[in-house]
Parts: sequence; C-alpha cells; structure tokens
Amino acid sequence: METQTIRFIRRGELITLGNVPPDRTLLEVLREDLGACGTKEGCGEGDCGACTVVVAEPEGAGLRYRAINSCIRLAHSVDGLALWTVEDLAQADGTLHPAQESMVQCHGSQCGFCTPGFVMSLFGMYQNHVRAGREITRHLAQADLSGNLCRCTGYRPILEAAQRMADLPATAIDEANLVAKLTALRVQPAAPGSASGYQMPTTLPELLALRRDHPGAQVVAGCTDVGLWVTKQHRRLPQVLDVTRVRELRQIETGRGHLSIGAAVPLADAFAALVAQRPSLAAFAERFAGLPVRNSGTLGGNVANGSPIGDSMPLLIALDTRIVLASARGARSLALEDFYTGYRQTALAADEVVVRLDVPLPAPDEFLRVYKISKRYDDDISAVCLAIRMHRAGDTITGVRIGAGGVAATPARARQAEAAIEGQGWSEAAAEAAANALRTQFQPISDMRASAAYRREVLGNLMRRFWLESQGASDINLERYALAQLMP
Amino acid sequence: MNARDTHSTPAPAPTPAMGASRIHESARAQVAGTATYIDDIPEARGTLHAAPILSPVAHGRLRGVDTQAAQALPGVRGVVLAADIPGDPLLATFMHDEPIFALDTVQHVGQVIGLVVADSAMAARRAARKIQIDIDPLPAWLDARAAHAAQSYVLPPVVVRRGAADSALTASCHRLDGQLEVGGQEHFYLEGQVAYALPLEQGQWRIHSSTQHPGEVQHWVAHALGLASHAVTVECRRMGGGFGGKETQAGHMAVWAALAARKFRAPVKLRLDRDDDFMVTGKRHPFAYDWQVGFDDQGLITGLKLTMLANCGFSADLSGPVADRAIFHSDNAYFLSDVEITSYRCKTHTQSHTAFRGFGGPQGMIVIEAILSDIARHLGLDPLDVRRRNLYGVQDRNVTHYQMKVEDNILDPLITTLEASSGYRARREALATWNARSPVIKRGIAITPVKFGISFTATLFNQAGALVNVFTDGSVQLNHGGTEMGQGLHTKVMQIVADELGVPFDRVLCTATETGKVPNASATAASAGTDLNGRAAQFAARNIRDNLAAFVAGLDGCGAGAVHFAGGQVISPKTTRGFDEVVRLAYANRIQLWSDGFYRTPKIHYDKTTLTGRPFYYFSYGAACTEVAIDTLTGETRVLAVDILHDVGTSINPAIDIGQIEGGYIQGVGWLTSEQLVWNERGELATHAPSTYKIPATGDVPEHFKIALWPEANREDNVGGSKAVGEPPFMLGISAWEAIRDAVAAACPQRSVVMQAPATPENVLRALRPEAFGGLTAPSHPR
Repeated sequence: METQTIRFIRRGELITLGNVPPDRTLLEVLREDLGACGTKEGCGEGDCGACTVVVAEPEGAGLRYRAINSCIRLAHSVDGLALWTVEDLAQADGTLHPAQESMVQCHGSQCGFCTPGFVMSLFGMYQNHVRAGREITRHLAQADLSGNLCRCTGYRPILEAAQRMADLPATAIDEANLVAKLTALRVQPAAPGSASGYQMPTTLPELLALRRDHPGAQVVAGCTDVGLWVTKQHRRLPQVLDVTRVRELRQIETGRGHLSIGAAVPLADAFAALVAQRPSLAAFAERFAGLPVRNSGTLGGNVANGSPIGDSMPLLIALDTRIVLASARGARSLALEDFYTGYRQTALAADEVVVRLDVPLPAPDEFLRVYKISKRYDDDISAVCLAIRMHRAGDTITGVRIGAGGVAATPARARQAEAAIEGQGWSEAAAEAAANALRTQFQPISDMRASAAYRREVLGNLMRRFWLESQGASDINLERYALAQLMP
Repeated sequence: MNARDTHSTPAPAPTPAMGASRIHESARAQVAGTATYIDDIPEARGTLHAAPILSPVAHGRLRGVDTQAAQALPGVRGVVLAADIPGDPLLATFMHDEPIFALDTVQHVGQVIGLVVADSAMAARRAARKIQIDIDPLPAWLDARAAHAAQSYVLPPVVVRRGAADSALTASCHRLDGQLEVGGQEHFYLEGQVAYALPLEQGQWRIHSSTQHPGEVQHWVAHALGLASHAVTVECRRMGGGFGGKETQAGHMAVWAALAARKFRAPVKLRLDRDDDFMVTGKRHPFAYDWQVGFDDQGLITGLKLTMLANCGFSADLSGPVADRAIFHSDNAYFLSDVEITSYRCKTHTQSHTAFRGFGGPQGMIVIEAILSDIARHLGLDPLDVRRRNLYGVQDRNVTHYQMKVEDNILDPLITTLEASSGYRARREALATWNARSPVIKRGIAITPVKFGISFTATLFNQAGALVNVFTDGSVQLNHGGTEMGQGLHTKVMQIVADELGVPFDRVLCTATETGKVPNASATAASAGTDLNGRAAQFAARNIRDNLAAFVAGLDGCGAGAVHFAGGQVISPKTTRGFDEVVRLAYANRIQLWSDGFYRTPKIHYDKTTLTGRPFYYFSYGAACTEVAIDTLTGETRVLAVDILHDVGTSINPAIDIGQIEGGYIQGVGWLTSEQLVWNERGELATHAPSTYKIPATGDVPEHFKIALWPEANREDNVGGSKAVGEPPFMLGISAWEAIRDAVAAACPQRSVVMQAPATPENVLRALRPEAFGGLTAPSHPR
C-alpha cells in the first residue's frame, strides 16, 4: 500500500522514512528500520512502559512533551512531531541527562530492561515539570510513573530518582529552534480520495469526506486499543484514517452549559478539564491506565471503542453526557448510554465519526463519586466501575444518575437503582434499596478479573460506600490512603 | 542503615572496593540505552525468525498438524516439527520426561508443537496462528487437588518425619486443622524469553541465550542436535530479569532456535511474544495444603501433620528440588518437635512449573506462618508472641526436622531489634483502638521472620569457576560462571577481584558469561551467585597476586608474605611500585598473569532419599514488620508501612543488597496480593499479559519503607563475610499477607480467618463475608 513519507525531528535532525506500511508500529520502525535498539519491547500492549519514548509538538509559545508507548503507536502518527528515544538524551561527550544521572545515582537500574522506558517517562516529567519550576512530589512521581513496570527494584530508588532530578545541573532543549523546524514541517492536508494508506486530515470536512469515501478504513486516534489488534491479534490495517490532527476534534470548550471535549483530545487533557470542574475526580483520573496511554489515547476513542470495561463511560453516563456524531450527511447527538447497542456494538454508522462529548457543567448541589475496583490500583482495568451523581433538596433526592461498567455487555445506566430512589428521601434504607436494585439489574459474568458473585456483591457495597461518604465519612476509600505518620 | 543513606555521588575510588555502594557495572549503559540484550545484537546476514505453534487444548491426542495455510503466507520459510529433530526428541532434562515438541499427545494449553520460521518475527507469529491442529481431547487435571485425587504425579511423594506426630497431636492440649490454597506466580521478567542460534563452520554453534544457566543450554542444544558439548558455545552478557524463570525455561528457546537454524541452514532468532511467554513457560508452583496442629496454652507447637500438594504442571522440570525445599522450609524459623510432612508432586495439564525466587521456600514458609497466627487468634494471644515462643533455640531446640543443627541462629536478637525499632507493640495497641472506631477500613500489622537455607540442595551444584586475566597494561578482565540478571553479581565479583589485587575498582572489567571460558558452571540460582563465583574469582585473583608477590619478593629480597597489594600499589618492605609497573616487569620476566579459580562449598552433605543431613552451608535471616489497611466493603487492601531488618552478613555492596531486599519484598507482596494466575475451565491461562496479570506498580510502594541491615558478619567462612541475598527477602513479603489476615480478623473477631492467596479484593471479601459467596468452600479462582 502506498503511503506518505514520514517526517519527524530527532536529535535536531529531520528524519524522512518512505514506504512504511500503515500498520507498522513506531517501535518496529525504531528497532528494525533505524537500528535504535535502546527502546525495548516488554509486552507489546502498552502496559509495561519499556517502550516509552517522548514526542513533542508546538503548543502555545513552546513545546508540549508527551511520554507515549511506542509499541502500540503507529509509526505514521509521529509525522510532523519531534521524537526522543533513550539514545537521544546524553550529550555528545557522554554527559548524562539528569533523568539518566539521577537513575544511576539512586541505583534505580538493576536488570536495566525497564530502564529506558523509565528514563523517558522521567525525561517527560523533567521537561513538563522541572523545567517549568514545579516540584516533583512523591505523589506526582508515583502517578506519572504508574505506566512503567519494574520487576527488580521495588520502585523506591526510581521514585527517589524522579524527586532528585531537579537537584542535578540543569539541561535545556533549544525549543525555539525545534518549534521553527516543526512549524516548517506542518503537514499539508491529504487530498480527499487520495490513495494513501495512512490519512491524517486536519479539518472536519476533510475527515468526513475521507470517511465517506473510505468506509473500510480503520479510524484511529491514539491507537491504544487498535495498536493491540496489530501486535496481538496480528490484524493487517491496509487503510488507516488518523483523526488526531483534525482541528475541530482537538478542542476543549466550555459554553452553553457544557464542557465540550473533542473526540481527539488525549485522555490526559480530557481528564484535566473534567477534574478542573469536578476535583473529586482527581484520583479516578490518575487511575485510568498509565500516563503514556493517557497521553496517546483519547476520550473519544475510549467511548467509541465501546468496551464494557472502558472506564470513562460509567462516569460520562452518570454525568448525562451526550455524544455528538457527524458524517458528510450531517451531525446528530445521542445520550451516551443510547450509543451502545450491544457487546462492542454502537450506533455509529459506517460513514460517521465521533466528534465530541458534551458534558453538562456541575450544579452546586451535585454529589459525585466514581469508584473503580481492580486488582491493582494503578494502570489496571475495572472488575467493577460505578459512578453516581446525586442532587438533593434537603433530604429528598431530586436527581440521580448511575453509570456502571464491568457488569453488563456494554457500559450501562443503572435505571432500576435510579428509579428506586429518585424523589425519595436519602437514607440508609434508600441506599440499601439502591444497592439491591443494582444487584438485581445486572447479571455480570465471571472472568479473570472477578467472579459474578463478587461483582454483584461489590456493586451494592459501593452504593453503601456512597451513602457513607454522602454522610460525611472520609478516608473510607483506599485508592488514595497514606499514613500521615505511624501510630502511636 | 536507612535506605536513603545509600544515595551517594560517585566519589574518587576509595580502597577497598568491597563494602562501598558501587554503582551497578552496567547502570550507565542501561540508562543511555546502550546496554545490549539478545534482541539488540546486530543480526547476522540471512537471519530468520521463529514463532511457536501452541496447543489450544489442555490434554489430548495429537492427530495431525496442517501447515498449508501458514506456509502460503508471504515471508514464511516453513515449519519445524518433532520429525525435524535429528537427535533425541526429548529435552535433556534431569528427569528426561519433556518432549522438545509435543509428540503424540499435548499436555497443556500453550505446549509447543512446532515452529513457524519466517523472514520477520511478525510474519512468523501471524503464520503460527494459521496452523490447523487436530487433537482428540482427553480428561485434564487443572489443579493440584484434582491431580492428587486422580493420583496423577510427576514424581513419587516424599515424607519427612521426626518424633511421633500422630501421638503428639492426640496428647496436645489444643488442636486446629485447616486448608490453604496458595497461587502461583508469573516471573514477569521485563525481557521476555529469547535465544539467537548461529550455525558456524564445521558443525559448530554459537548460541546467544537470555539464560541463568548457559552450561545447561549448551548441554540441551548439543543433545538435541546430536552433537558433543564442545561444538556448542553459549553466551549471555545479561538478562533483562530472570527470577528463576530463565533457569531451565531459557533452554527451550535455545533448543527450538537451534533446530530451526539447522533445518533452514541460517541463523534463527526466537523471541517470544509476551502472551506466548505466559502461555508456554512455567511459573511458581501453586500449592495446596492440609494441616493439623497441636499446641499448648502458650501456643507452643507440640505436634504437626502437614500435607503439601505441589502443582507441578505436565513435567517434572525442577519440581522435585522445589518441593524438597518447601519441605526444608516448612519450619521457617521454628522448632517442630513432632512433625510429619508429606509432599505430593502433582501432575496437572498446565505449564510445567519451575524455579522462581525462593524455589519452594516461600510455599514452605507461608503455611507455618498462617498456622502460627491461627494458633494465636485461637488462644487470644499476639501472633508475635506465639511466633517467638516457637523460635529455634541456641543451646537446645536447635535441630531442624531434617537433622541439621542451626548453628548461626540470630532470630531472637534480630526480631527483638525490629520489634523495638518498628514500634510494633505500641502500634498494635493503637491499631486495636483505631479499628474499634473504624467500621469500614480495618488495619492490621504483622512481624514475620525468615530463615532461609543457603546452598543448592543438590550438593554437586555447589561448585564454581572463574578466570581472571591481567593484561600487560595492568588492566584486569574478569570472567566467571555466574550470569548477570540485574542482581549486581558482576559488580560484586568485580569488587572482590579489585580488592584481592589491590587495584581501583574501575581497573576491573567483567565480560559476558560464556561456556568456553568457564565450563560446567552451575545455574546462577539458589542465591549463591556471589558466594560461589565471588570466591572462585577471589581464588583466581589470589593466584595472580601470589605470582606477583613471589616475583616482587625476589626483586626486593623479602618474603612473599611481606608484599602487600592496595590502592593500585604493590608494597614491599623495601619499595613501593605501581601495580601496572609490577605487571609490566612481571610480564618481561615471564610470570603468569592470568589464572583460573575454583571453589566448592565446604561442610554440606545430605541423604537424598530421607532428606536428612546438612543441605545448607548457613542460613540467611531477616524479619519484616508490615502494616496494612483493608476495605471491608470491597476487599481492597493497601500496604501502609514496612520496616525490615535483614541479615546479609558483611555487605559487599549495601546499595545492591538493599535493592535486592526492597525488590524481593515487593515481589513477595505481589505474589500474595495482586498477582493472580487464573486458568479457565478449558485449562487456558486467562491472565496472560500485563493487562490482566498485575505485578506491583509505583503506587503500591508505601512511603514508609525502611530497610536496615543486621550488623554482623557471616559466622561461616564466606566471601568477604557476606551472606546471600537474592531470595531470602522475597519471603519477607509474607508479613503483608499476615497483616492482611490480622486486619480480616479485626473485622471478623468471631471466626477464624480462612483466606486463599493471593489476597485479591475478591479473596479478601470472601474471607470477610463468606456467606455472600455461598460459604467458605467456594473456589478462590473466578472461572
């Protein structure tokens, strides 16, 4: 399949690659085509972080750096970006970058196979936080490194390395020079109907025309799931339609009572916007995959993918989110829960794409909680996810929306539990009634994450947690729980 | 010492090299991305890639393999099946019971039936999925209890007895019995299994293997190819993690790659995709236990009968010695007067379970720790008091159930120190008060000790060799039989050699492990890498030093014993010369500047049939205090604080030792909390990638994570006064398990704690609310 040339900036130089198949991964290009073997494959599915590299693009006056998983990212997607791998950080005389030197000094490298990935995540943190004068707290280090697995160290020295980078002699990147080079590279829009196997339209009309003309093309954004179809299911993707450069899909806007999040907005930015309006979501946002996945993957992609265990949908359903779809024929919007028609089935037509998600702004009396139960707190997939938004006038429930994940073939709205308590007084008995309704409405399956019995039991118990928290109980959720000091 | 004290800026090399927190010899290359792993080696011209063809059925008769569709795919060169093996179709394993490729039957989902060979790894993997395999299914045993019920074993049972357990139980004041199920564990080395086989001239071979045991890979490859061992050279510069998973399992990759290379007359690389790695390779053995214990009013054990069922998978592999070590460690730190331990080695239709850090020791220890806290709760005592009451004595009560006298017992002072430094007693009291006021979150705390026997239980493996070369410029090159998997072995051995020759650390360089340099080396395993190879290298360096000392003594007219080597200088009573100068002079005078060294561990012996004797040269000790919280609504847990006091003797490298302790502890906690292997009813491992199999991540490490080292040299004569450190800290993770059980008990004081490992949220909630899951006997594993 004919494809466009890939052009990106590495070590300040323009790299040009031709004849790269549309479904070739960035990691394959790095290791096999460029012989840059410093970047490792640990899992091939974006879960271990050994393949982490950093990309940057102009944003505001400078550059926005993102650590991403190269193993599931398609190579064409870095066209027009700056790219750093672990080989690119040390100076010509061998002087290590603070992200590297700190790892050495803190004894953060044992077998060394995860090390390049950690170094690149640290480099991303260095550029985004240390260079901006922000302290790397232990919490920030844990959160931003949760997508990198290490089997040797037990992490203590790596977290220490993250916190000590700033103490080392500073290293700067000539951003003005890079911005100039990247601006010069700005991709020309692909001609609609062109034969290229990898299309990156930059406007919505172009995207819709391409979608209409190529209904068989695979639409991708961050590729954090489609990438696994390639690496794990060995599917071939002869035609790829990449939406991440479409201007209209990259916008976050507030207006008309909504927070509108474009379908191609990375999860990290989408959650930042949601958390800014609803601070209680901060911990949940950090638990969504690891940072490299949140930097690549998009909220639109998570929603369009339609997995029953996608973590954003229970929350978005509880928030009464509407999904906006468009095709060359026009646009329409649906309540998110109506978008899902069956297991991994959605209402999306063959010529349609997801444009944005409209999330209603919080009302002052909103009480919102979202609970995720998994075997590991960070970078895991829910066995059960439950999001509850409640409004009350005095003790009377004036509105309640409940979204649930992991308990049905699709992300679902818990209408029975809502109906059981809507308009009722909010009491322990009401919470118990809602809990029972949750356990009645859903018939979850048993799988490797949990048994059906556990999922049902916990669904109800989470409603009890919600009740207790609504009554002022704090510190009854271990997802963020640390000892201020040891007793006594 | 506190872990935080080890952070240091590299300073001008002090002397001696040992005892300092030297940076890992590869760290600078690793952070720069220039450290080479097997898959990074530039490929020789014409290199092909192989991918395995896996059985989709747990047990069945293999009737045929249709490769047509696969062979038609672009880039595919062909397939390799059992018929292509020139030599013995069975691997050269100790029990000789494992086919290289499945022959007439398949015995687990993921068993390798053959290979597809193609121009690229992805082409080979795509084609391997297109192979049609015709199998008549047969009944399959998927866990140890099912296999035991069917009397399905890979090896005969072993019984170890002391005293009269039955009559002691009858005479005991109190009795309890119980069952326990403990899950296995995937190694999850970050670098998956990989081998690269290069055919050379005249029937010779070079194998690059990510292996803990190059000598065994050499033996297996030669055997499969029908060659003598001298025709095969195996090399390993480093592994991206091993943890026991590359002790025998690496050999399979190498044999497969070599068979493909032989058939297609080309270099062949075989790198398993992560999912295939999970499906193909063995794990830590899952265990099931039945126990009866008798004890007095103070919790002193007066009788114990213990049955251990090891889930070995479809072949013996290392299951015999693993199950033996479980027997040797089911006492952990405690004297068992009247005891009977029966060990069954169950054959199931799953991956063949194998070595994993601790090698059966963890499975031995966890059951006795669980029994002791059950006794304490039964009597209303503090579990730590019951543990202390049962500790081995120094003057008496000091002989193990396998008749080895415990001569180096530091358990009592070590636990006393940790009990005080962790504030255990006061915290336990405060926790009880706190729990009484906290209906949802309950906290628990536990101190558990570790006493771990050091030496291969197979006495013959306790030997090692090394080769030290001094070049005419005074630089030193070291090679030894041990392999580097991140544990810092090369760094420590370099420190030992530097001090033996009195040269700065940076004058010593360690090269890749290679069967042609140091032959017949044992696996780097059993925590003994530094003990064995460090001593062998020390002896090699000592030979060179002796040569140089004799030479200088001749020059200066003094005794050789009066010549000293330190700080890069050679000092006689008459003259001080630079080491490099002495080397130059010695070369000119035809003095040998290189030497081998050989070491065998003294004192050890034991009877393989009765499992009695002295299998271990010494014991490594440690103890951990872990505090946790559990959520009684969801079963979620969190480790809140960890204090560890561990015995590494005189540390050769404190930073590396602390790294082993921290990493081992967290890996042990992973085994007992988030890491759950789930085989479904068809025998497929459903947790076959990091998306579904959850090792600890950054957020699982508590901020309060304090490591202290016990300040005493090894009482046995061991290199530098040090002790082995690789495995023992893993079992400190049992304290987290016991702390979780303590918290469950706080939530349910009215009944005993029946919980299966790992303590996933589901298993904790089942222990808290068995009635919601149909009672206590419900299976721990969701199907």
